[in-house]
Amino acid sequence: MTPVLLWTDALIYLLLVIAIAFGLYAARHEHLRAPWRRVLRSRIGMATLIVLAGYASIAVLDSVHFRLKVDRPGGEPVYAPEVLSLFDLALSGLRERQEVTYSAPFATHLYVKEAVDLPGGGVTRAYPRLIHGGAHLADPAADRVGDILTRVLVGMLKGLLLWMAVVGALLWLSGRRRAESWRVTWAGWRSPGTEIPWTTALAVLGGLLVLGCVAGELAAEYHILGTDKVGEDVFYQTLKSVRTGLLIGTLTTLVMLPAAILLGIAAGYFRGWVDDLIQYLYTTLNSIPGVLLIAAAILMLQVYMSNHAESFSSLVERADLRLLFLCVILGVTSWTGLCRLLRGESLKLREADYVQASLALGVGHFTLITRHILPNVMHIVIITLVLDFSGLVLAEAVLSYVNIGVDPTMNSWGNMINSARLELARDPVVWWSLAAAFLFMFVLVLAANLFADVVRDAFDPRIRATR
Amino acid sequence: MIAYIVRRLLYAIPILVGVNLITFLLFFVVNSPDDMARMQLGEKRVTEEAVQAWKDDHGYGKPLLYNAGGEGLARFTDTIFFEKSAKLFVFQFGSSDEGRDIGYDISQRMWPSLAIAVPVLIVGLAFNISFALFIVFFRATYVDLASVVLLVAMLSISSLFYIIGGQFVLGKLFHLVPISGYDTGLNAWKFLILPVIVGVIGGIGSGTRWYRTLFLEEIAQDYVRTARAKGLGERRVLFGHVLRNALIPILTGVVVVLPLLFMGSLISESFFGIPGLGSYTIDAISNQDFAIVRSMVFLGAVLYILGLILTDISYTLVDPRVRLQ
Amino acid sequence: MIRLIQTAILVIVLFALVGCGDSSWNSPYPSSDVDSNTYYSSFYERPKHLDPARSYGSDETIFLAQIYEPPLQYHFLLKPYRLVPLSAAEVPVPRYFDAAGNPLPQDAPLDMIARSDYLVRIKPGIRYQPHPAFARDAEGRYLYHALTRADLDGIAHVTDFRETGTRELTADDFLYQIKRLAAPWLHSPITGLMREHIRGFGVLADELGAVEGQGALEHVEALRRARISGVEVIDRYSFRISLNGKYPQFNYWLAMTFFAPMPWEADLFYAQPGLAERNILLDWSPVGTGPYMLTENNPSLRMVLERNPNFHGERYPVEGMPGDAESGILADAGKPIPFIDRAIYSLEKENVPRWNKFLQGYYDSSGITSDAFDQAVQIDARGEPILTPQIRERGISLLTSVEPIVYYMGFNMLDPVVGGDSERARLLRRAISIAVDFEEFVSIFTNGRGAVAQGPIPPGIFGYREGEAGINHYVYEWRNGRAVRRSLDEAKRLMEEAGYPGGVDPETGRALAINYEEVATGPDDKARLNWLRKQFAKLGIELVIRATDYNRFQEKMRTGVGQVYMWGWNADYPDPENFLFLLYGPNGKVAHQGENTSNYANPEFDRLFDQMKYMESGPERQAVVDRMLEIVRADAPWSWGFYPKAFSLHHRWLMNAHPNQMANNTLKYRRIDPVLRAHLRDEWNRPVTWPLWALGALVTLLVIPAWWMVRRRERSTAL
Repeated sequence: MTPVLLWTDALIYLLLVIAIAFGLYAARHEHLRAPWRRVLRSRIGMATLIVLAGYASIAVLDSVHFRLKVDRPGGEPVYAPEVLSLFDLALSGLRERQEVTYSAPFATHLYVKEAVDLPGGGVTRAYPRLIHGGAHLADPAADRVGDILTRVLVGMLKGLLLWMAVVGALLWLSGRRRAESWRVTWAGWRSPGTEIPWTTALAVLGGLLVLGCVAGELAAEYHILGTDKVGEDVFYQTLKSVRTGLLIGTLTTLVMLPAAILLGIAAGYFRGWVDDLIQYLYTTLNSIPGVLLIAAAILMLQVYMSNHAESFSSLVERADLRLLFLCVILGVTSWTGLCRLLRGESLKLREADYVQASLALGVGHFTLITRHILPNVMHIVIITLVLDFSGLVLAEAVLSYVNIGVDPTMNSWGNMINSARLELARDPVVWWSLAAAFLFMFVLVLAANLFADVVRDAFDPRIRATR
Repeated sequence: MIAYIVRRLLYAIPILVGVNLITFLLFFVVNSPDDMARMQLGEKRVTEEAVQAWKDDHGYGKPLLYNAGGEGLARFTDTIFFEKSAKLFVFQFGSSDEGRDIGYDISQRMWPSLAIAVPVLIVGLAFNISFALFIVFFRATYVDLASVVLLVAMLSISSLFYIIGGQFVLGKLFHLVPISGYDTGLNAWKFLILPVIVGVIGGIGSGTRWYRTLFLEEIAQDYVRTARAKGLGERRVLFGHVLRNALIPILTGVVVVLPLLFMGSLISESFFGIPGLGSYTIDAISNQDFAIVRSMVFLGAVLYILGLILTDISYTLVDPRVRLQ
Repeated sequence: MIRLIQTAILVIVLFALVGCGDSSWNSPYPSSDVDSNTYYSSFYERPKHLDPARSYGSDETIFLAQIYEPPLQYHFLLKPYRLVPLSAAEVPVPRYFDAAGNPLPQDAPLDMIARSDYLVRIKPGIRYQPHPAFARDAEGRYLYHALTRADLDGIAHVTDFRETGTRELTADDFLYQIKRLAAPWLHSPITGLMREHIRGFGVLADELGAVEGQGALEHVEALRRARISGVEVIDRYSFRISLNGKYPQFNYWLAMTFFAPMPWEADLFYAQPGLAERNILLDWSPVGTGPYMLTENNPSLRMVLERNPNFHGERYPVEGMPGDAESGILADAGKPIPFIDRAIYSLEKENVPRWNKFLQGYYDSSGITSDAFDQAVQIDARGEPILTPQIRERGISLLTSVEPIVYYMGFNMLDPVVGGDSERARLLRRAISIAVDFEEFVSIFTNGRGAVAQGPIPPGIFGYREGEAGINHYVYEWRNGRAVRRSLDEAKRLMEEAGYPGGVDPETGRALAINYEEVATGPDDKARLNWLRKQFAKLGIELVIRATDYNRFQEKMRTGVGQVYMWGWNADYPDPENFLFLLYGPNGKVAHQGENTSNYANPEFDRLFDQMKYMESGPERQAVVDRMLEIVRADAPWSWGFYPKAFSLHHRWLMNAHPNQMANNTLKYRRIDPVLRAHLRDEWNRPVTWPLWALGALVTLLVIPAWWMVRRRERSTAL
């Protein structure tokens, strides 16, 4: 295979590098480590962190792209046109098992009647069997429930085994580090009032593993969340949408962050004409309805792409660039809020005694900003980051309604919800696309929201005082 | 104070020029006058001459921003940009590319938008604040957690589905209200019930969450602790201190959106068939009617700036410490 | 919580107040209209122009065709489509002349004919709708032709003028409208076409160009003064149009609203200053002679048509097709029309509410969206559509008809890979044509409402052939009495012959990549694009979808940079010329800005087209059309796509809703039974009030424990 590096992939890697670097840096500095430790000590913080990590790992797996080699005797190696990711490879079964059109979750027959040729000639209209879903069953009506139950049990068992293996590994590692027997560690974890809520962490982890294994076991033979209009597996689409959602939530902030921090602090710190200019900039941008700005930007991108069609040979690249562009433009429309907050805070900080003292001592502006101002506004940045995340994930869904969201060929919850609005009007109702998108999005947004609350509590010095 | 307002209004002019320029650039990078002409002329049998004639007729035959052929100031004034935006500053919107008068249309369509937006704002505010106080009362209990889960669930649901669901349940299943439509004058009220209910319910998730955050921040303040230490009951603390002090951010948050209520709601207006400004804008974007888009963006910017000024004024009214210089 | 109760009580009180009236709570119409003879329908796109010289879209025709009366119309019931007189006294028969002006017989050879004359005689006694433009005082002076600012105080709509008048229709009005078609400031879409055909039209258009931009009143003056050599008013009731050469399709144009009469008084009236800023324009307030007139024009809410009191009267057709007598469509034969007093069209942008309101009886008829299809229609074992029991229970009936529309997937013939005259490209196109399974497309995306196309000409248009003789044997074979798509293996063989074994392009060693140009707009697009990719992948071709906006798409079409795209064509008139010209070389999109989007050019085809165009429909013409079809099927510039079928549903109180795809002025034939409608609406929409009480009870149930919890918590924290 040959690796393919998409723009968003590169940014994800960059984000990962930054996150790890920041983590290592923070671990060495007590004042940075303390709030994070507070986050980890909260049961909700721990649980949501694990859920978010689950989502993140899917997104990262889905961001390693490559082209597969095509088997051809002799000659130079030839690569398939399709760009796949590690995640696609892992789910290749799901990806390839396509039906003709709608089928309900766990169905063995299509959801709509089709003309079927009768053996004796002639045509009737009936619900045909699915090509893949439940195809292994000889008599679906009788065997299906039993088969599903067995698979659920097997899946749970596998999940439990996997969980035990992970717990074992953790115990062993932790025990070795502290040089104590795993029994002691285990007892320590289980005792009430531990510093880090190990029981919660392990329970959530166990729940996720079991759910994952059950889903995996079932998805091998069924479409556990049904299929869509052209017969693609909805479960697969939902999982693929995870990357899109996370990217929009994180890359947007990454893109807007430098501008917001730089301009916000500059405006508050230097005041005068700098402040006027920056205020003018963000008031003007804010005055334009965001939808219009986004629509225009997306259309501009399309114009650019149709004028430079050769550079975007594959569908994935086009969709990827559009996603990136969407992140950028969402960043442009959303940086103003953070910028204003930072400006206000730096205005206040500038008047603080220690800043005035340093100024009097002749400390340079740059040193002053990096030493005194920046660290003192960091908590605002982090809180905004986390709070914005879920809003952005939701915004993607709304934008798709106005057709200015991600590329229509890209898997995203917004696109799924948008097509579901037509499916809901069907009778009988096709509810599973919407339900699947809603479920996955809800869990992510809920986790992000709860996590945001914990982070805010941990970082905001004012709130901390009373807890 | 008056001097302050006048100065702010003067500040608005460069902002509006900037907004206009950005709108103009964004629109014309995407839609050339040729595209607009073709859009208006229809699909069948359109010739190059017809396109040219349309452009000349509607004033799109000139250069966009800079007229190299002009003399002196005419280089900048004899352009599409100048001709089309200068009149906006005296609120002369001119006629749309379709030939209808925009100012007239806006004055007609503003009322339906307001008829929905105002009740949604008031009922939503009352409900969200009550609910948020209730949650804050039970903060850090399971009631709090369950409410937050509920709120997040409510805000994860796309507003589209509140609309479709509302139409289905109240209109189709129970036959209580018309599914969609509008009427002029007082007859409109029965068409407003459903959009208002849907609007309020759709806003609960984000609204209540926001007020909850606000109250939680307020509750962490010293004076609340003092009040509690004095032995005040929790209810008195919440209503007497927390709510009253949180009124400033609540009020300013509301004042900012007040002028924007004119702009209407984009999605629900087209679903309920309400002839407001929201559906006007969406239609204009999809029909590439630049004259309308530009007017609406301009109007939106004016209202936004108005909102900012109102906020500042309302600060001085609720908080005597703040003074405008 | 208390607020919630208050809101709930408020809502309940409000409902109780409505309950006093006897109309259903969910009725979107005022209760006074319950029994009125009113037709209710909806529209989706706001009409852009209601000026007959400008309007060319179906969104506008549903109104315009009821208001304006061109000389001819299509017979309501007869098939194939037949022209009958409307404001004309009879269908004009062209007379031919040679270059020297000598009359020629009807069967004169084409190259002899230099001019053809159409003598149109109109019915006397036709009068315009009441309109202020015609209002005169006792001395016969026009009341409103010199309006001042003061006169316009309190005028918001054209209906606000106190006095109205009328006038008899004369031949001059037709002449005036033809001159308007040439006026450059009106941007009539057929100016270019008529320039070629009507004598003197081009000269007039150029002359009028000099006046352009001088102001609305000057425009009207210039139009009234202008002369056109090709149109001559003979007397009050007849005029003659002279065309260059022969143009047998011209009668069809006379049935379109472009040629509807326009009184100069109206044009002058609307041109006066002060009216435009009140949105009182000829483009928005039509003045016609037809059975209806527009009385409320609020395109963002509703359009209301009312019976024209001056209508000259028309009778329901007596002739019908075999079977029409039994079906009841001829029950009103010979009765005076129109039957309906008023028609209200409400704006409905979204499908879901429109469909639900139809089911509740608030719209009299409705199309079926793809997604509501299963709810309304089932396909029975023979493949015939039948209504679901739930729908039949309500007495709704279904009418189907194949539309004169073709949707096709075109190849850009200018492209080096898929286009051109090379054998290799031709084989590739045929292979793709086989692989893209339009039967599946029709079944998934239109619920089977369509017939797969075998060529450019849809059924119901001359030149279309049923059965084995009509199949495209490059893509289909005739088996067991039906057309069966050729197998995929055959398509793969064609790919090999074309030099792309397994879809691999030998030059690059990679899969052949083909670009698909697409206007992505709706939520349904993703599914369709995925489906298309699957179709091409069957041959190993990678379809690269270049989704863009409509403008960019059109631009690509104009510059010819695309490869594969989908488009459709809706007939102007029921003649094969109107479809085959889509493949006529001199009509190419890139070179000639025509409608031949594939830029297909085949000399033999073009030669036959020139011949076919002027022939009378008959076996000879059929033979020529057959040869032309064979040529394009072999060249496969399109993968022929499908002809959509229109399904429409009608409530039982709506009569005479016969689908006629060419005639747009069918409102006048329709009849309703308002009493039955009022009764059924009432029955179907009884408000269900228990949820309100249940809600009230639930709120109470929630508030009490909440209050209790509050009290308890307060006590516990107080400790």
